[in-house]
Amino acid sequence: MNLLFDFTVDKATKTIFITREFAADLDLVWDAFTKAELLDQWFAPKPYQAKTKEMDFREGGRWLYTMVSPEVSPEDVKRYSLVEFIKIQPKTSFSTRNSFADENGNSLNNAFSLVKNSFKAEAEKTTVHIEKVFDNLATLEMLATGGFIEGTAAGFNNLDEYLRTLVTSK
Amino acid sequence: MRRDIFQAIADPTRRAILVLIAVQSMTPNAIAEHFDVTRQSISKHLRILSECDLLAQKQEGREIYYELKIDKMKEIDIWLDQFRKIMEEKFQQLDQVLFNIKNKKK
Repeated sequence: MNLLFDFTVDKATKTIFITREFAADLDLVWDAFTKAELLDQWFAPKPYQAKTKEMDFREGGRWLYTMVSPEVSPEDVKRYSLVEFIKIQPKTSFSTRNSFADENGNSLNNAFSLVKNSFKAEAEKTTVHIEKVFDNLATLEMLATGGFIEGTAAGFNNLDEYLRTLVTSK
Repeated sequence: MRRDIFQAIADPTRRAILVLIAVQSMTPNAIAEHFDVTRQSISKHLRILSECDLLAQKQEGREIYYELKIDKMKEIDIWLDQFRKIMEEKFQQLDQVLFNIKNKKK
């Protein structure tokens, strides 16, 4: 089956729009986005693996997870991702505030993004629409970068330093 | 020779070099001190990064300094593209997870 994948960026509104179809029914896709045991199976890019530390899927609850790889054991990971659930409409949509945190879920910096995931059941498939708004372009840059070197713990600290330099040299 | 910029930044040592140089321009020797690899291998990384137009050389006295040469919007575009690829990859993993669950149910 040919599954749609659309990724567009609007720099003016600091928003990334992603649309993706999945060949499964709504119940299953919803679970895959909201249950820790399923998220852990796909949420990190290879060779990393997502590892949930806490998951409390309800409005006001949060998901705290990290990325581990064969080289980085969970004990060595200092960097966690924090997803706070703001609004949940079961099987329809949920919105979150995403940021970087330490292992206890305390924010590491002021950078964050607001994400809305919407789900739509269609014949034999489910369409997921993701809208990710960043508080500023530097954050967008940082999160995008955080994405591409996720798990390389040493890289993160260097990168923070690097981005701070870019921001202050502006 | 022009090289693929994604190939250039896919290597962890080269990314680390970019991060180092972003903070201040450095000589090849100073860069090499930060890594547990041969000076030769650092030279090779520097050459690749230069060929991708990510580094510029600056002569100061006898020393050559390397500095980061990249405009910010270009960086964002690179990272967005990388982010897009990661999302694509993650979703393919999810396809597999969904497929496995559906098969188990059958």
